[in-house]
Parts: sequence; C-alpha cells; structure tokens
Amino acid sequence: MKIVVAIKQVPVRDSQLRIESDQRWIQEDDLGFEINEPDAYALEEALQLKEKHGGEVVALCAGPSRATQTIREALAKGADRAIHIEDDNLRDLDTFGIATLLAGAVKAEKPDLILTGLQSDDLGYGQTGVVLAELLGVPHATIIMQVEVQGGSIQVKRELEGGWFQHIEMPLPAVLTIQSGINKLRYATLMGIKKAKSKEIKSVTPAAAPAATAVLERVYVPQKSKQTQIFEGDAKSAAAKLVEKLKFEVRII
Amino acid sequence: MSGVLVVMEQQAGAWHRMSWETLAAGQQLAEQVGQPLYSAVVGQGVAALAGEAATKKLDKVHAVEHALLKDYTADGFTAALAQLIQAHAPSYVLFPHTYQVRDFAPKLAARFAASLISDVVAFHAGPVFVRQLFQGKLNADIRPAGAGPVFVSVQAGAFRAESLVEGAARVETFAPRLDAAEIRTKPHEPFREAARAVDLGAAELIVSVGRGIKEKDNIPVVEELAKAMGAELAASRPICDNGWLPMERQVGSSGQTVSPKMYMAVGISGAIQHLVGMKGSKTIVAINKDSNAPIFEVADYGIVGDLFEVVPALVEEVKKAKS
Repeated sequence: MKIVVAIKQVPVRDSQLRIESDQRWIQEDDLGFEINEPDAYALEEALQLKEKHGGEVVALCAGPSRATQTIREALAKGADRAIHIEDDNLRDLDTFGIATLLAGAVKAEKPDLILTGLQSDDLGYGQTGVVLAELLGVPHATIIMQVEVQGGSIQVKRELEGGWFQHIEMPLPAVLTIQSGINKLRYATLMGIKKAKSKEIKSVTPAAAPAATAVLERVYVPQKSKQTQIFEGDAKSAAAKLVEKLKFEVRII
Repeated sequence: MSGVLVVMEQQAGAWHRMSWETLAAGQQLAEQVGQPLYSAVVGQGVAALAGEAATKKLDKVHAVEHALLKDYTADGFTAALAQLIQAHAPSYVLFPHTYQVRDFAPKLAARFAASLISDVVAFHAGPVFVRQLFQGKLNADIRPAGAGPVFVSVQAGAFRAESLVEGAARVETFAPRLDAAEIRTKPHEPFREAARAVDLGAAELIVSVGRGIKEKDNIPVVEELAKAMGAELAASRPICDNGWLPMERQVGSSGQTVSPKMYMAVGISGAIQHLVGMKGSKTIVAINKDSNAPIFEVADYGIVGDLFEVVPALVEEVKKAKS
C-alpha cells in the first residue's frame, strides 16, 4: 500500500508571537518551527499502516526552504522518501491554491491512501485535506480516530460532536484527515536519523496556482472583550487573594 | 449574483443549535450588504423544519429534499447544495462551523474554485471576515476575492440566536438530481463509546487541567486541588489523548459541555475547541504562565504564573479557608 502524507511546518507551539510591522504576518526570524501536530499523528498512522500492510510512505510538504528540517524529521521517523514543493512565497496562496499544488504532486504518485492532519495549528482553516480529495476526485472522511484496511476499501472511525462516533466505509484511493490522539507518536531513533540522511527529498518548483479567493489582509492581537481580574504577587499571595475572592464574593468555598 | 444563503444543519429531524446562530449572522450580513436572505435545510422529510425556519425574518427557505440525503454524506450534500447554488447564484453562503460542515463545505467551495473562509467570529464593513489564527492567539481580517460566491463558516457562540428577528418567509422545495452511484462513502449509525461514569455536566465546581501539567506524573498536583475544593477533575483534549486522564473527563467540542458555578482552568491555553465546552460557566478562573493565552479572554479571575508554584499554594489557602 502506497501512502502519501501531507505535512506542514508551523511555529513551535507556545512561541511568543510578534506581528510584522506591515501587519500582514508574524515575525518569523526568531521563531523555531516544527511539524504541525495533527500532521504528526497522520504520519504516525501512515507508518503503522505500512508496518501492518507493507508498502511505502511518501511525505509531501509545501513550504519554504526551512521546511526541509521538518521533512528530514519525517524521514527519520520512517517515511521512505519525500517531496518538497519549495517556495518562499506560498503565503500569497489560500488553502485552495495550496491544495491545488499538493494535488498536482499526489496525482503523479498514484497512491492508495492520502493522509493529513485535520487542521493546522497556525492558520487553522481545516480544509486542505477535503479540498485535496475534491481535486483528486476521490472520496474522503475527516476527523478520523481509527483506520482499518479491508482489501480495496477502508473502514474508518470518524469523530462526531459531543462524544459520538461513526464508522464509514469507502473505496480506495481516498483522503483521510487525522485527529490528534489517534495513536501514540514515536520518536526518531538514532538509526532512523542516520538513515534519513540518505533518503531522497525531491524538490519541486510549484506550478501556477489559482489566485487567492480568501486574502489575509491584516493580523492583529484580539481586543479583550472581558475584564479579567489578575491577582498579582508571588504564588502564595496571589493564591491567597484568589481564595478570598472565591470564598467571600463567588461563595463557592 | 445576489443574496445571502444560510445552510442550516439538522440531524434526524432535530436542529443543530448553531443553525440559529448562523441564521442570526445571515440576517446581519444580509442587512449590511443590502441583499435578500435565504436559508436551506438539507435532508429527507425536512418540510416541518423548513416551516420553522420560515418564522424568522428572511425571504425564502429552501427545503432541499431527496431520499439520498436522509443520512449525511459529503458526496450527497455537496452535489445537492452545488445544484441549489448554481440555480440561485447567491453572493454569500454561510454555514455553522460544525464537524459536519468541516467535512463537506470545503469540498463544495472547491467546486466553485473558492476557499472556505472557515470558523469566522465576526465581520466588518466590506465585508471583511474576522477569524482566529494560532488557536485564538491572534486575529486576522480576511477579504474575499474572485468571482464568488463567498463561502463562510461561523464559529459556535460568535453570533447570538436570541438576536434573531421574527418574520414570515415562503418555503420552496428544491429537488436535486442525485444518483446513488455518485455517493462513494457508506456511513454507519452513530454510536457512543461507553456509558459515562462521570457526568461533568452536573458538577457545580470543576478544576480542569491542560498541557501545562507537562507529564502524567504531575496530574496529582491538580487532583489534590480538585479534592481540596470539592470539585470534579476535568481535562482538555491533549491530556485525554495521551491517556493521562480518561476520555470521559474531557471538556470541549469533542467531549462534554459544562456550565458549573466555577470552572478553574489550570495550564489550559484555551483553544476554541476547549472554550466552546466551558465558556458558559458562571465564574471562570485561569491559571497560566502565558498572560496572552486565549483562556484569559473568557476568564473572570486569573493568576499569571507557574502552576507548579501556584497550585500547591492554592491547596494550602483553600484548606485554610475551609477550616
């Protein structure tokens, strides 16, 4: 079974974000980057499916040159090879544009299954996988918590709202967007890191993509709508003030 | 091309509550752009629901009816709504940002060579749509471009259903042409994992723990605070994903929705998936090391600091206050 996993590189979680002076994006110079967390789960699911059913895992990433590091990490974890759609100006595209580029690369690979995370931790549009399926003309399912391969088809467990789930069957090839927590992430081994150095990363120049229909015009810090009373001081005095409030005003102690 | 079309969501004849919030957003957008307002209800046997929607102020309700729309499938809903949109050419199509909409609306938008402007919290003159980035840490203004229609999904709680204006609208049935062969997925009945032993919905006090706790061995730190306060222990999604606490203690869009007298979020940054599950709480307390964490957006009281110092101090103070 041949599986393509679409991964994205995003700023490290809990980074201190500073907005560029032109307010079009954040300052990236002093940021660290890592794999988008739901994509890490998609990669892990692909690796586990390969271990069970054999085949090949191809990591696919659209991003600037710095994304090479995240791609290397995917290879170190066990992906067999990678495709890097490399361009420093991909931010001008919207998700439809990015999905168009990814679809071009996927078509050439003719995989049985395409996995990606359900959303990105930076933009959070949550639609690249679904649009990719539409452009490839294959079925899809989103927010997936379990994947079972049954010959030429799959049964997946899809998360619904409020603690409900649903099984869905569909023929292959198909696109699945993977929910965080579907599996337990592995760490790259020393051997894996060594092997990754000789694995192929095919760098591709992006083809023409459609102009954005959703244009990011301005990034800013949201205005607080609620006044939060912050208790200052060291841990002990702040805790004492909070407990006093909870006891005498909120009356829950 | 004219009009605002609101796609309302129902399941087995019952409304998704966000449908009304989205219709309220539709009324506001239609007024702002000076265009008529339509809504669509998709399924089988939706006439009664369509009639209910028609009691609000809008111009027309489309009851999109077909036997193949009885159970939700991305293929069926996309094909049906694509036909409705082609027939009526609205300028804007609004959805509630539900799990179901996340499954098909991007596909529908792609059919019109557009991106879905998803999870929108507000809109301004233009219209320019406001959505959150980096899990709520930043906002962005998104301006639609291209030939249209503009596809937008609306975040839970961003618009108020109570603000809906009453009225009287026509109901029109729309029968899409669908073929069973074009529906490639086969959905099974929805199910719940197991009976819940913990009903967080009934808890008066909740102490909830998030990623800030760092590792499983640290959970007792917060557990002790819950015990001292006489509160139920709950968690954000990553904690349950890692198996540090059972899934039944999860609060948020994929877990339980709670509204206790007091909700204390410890080491929880406050991604929207968590906030929708607890922002109805009467009093919200946040303890977080990052003063910019979105949890402070909903908190009444807060302490900015290291939870490993603050929580033990709180345990001591609570015990003192109770004695």
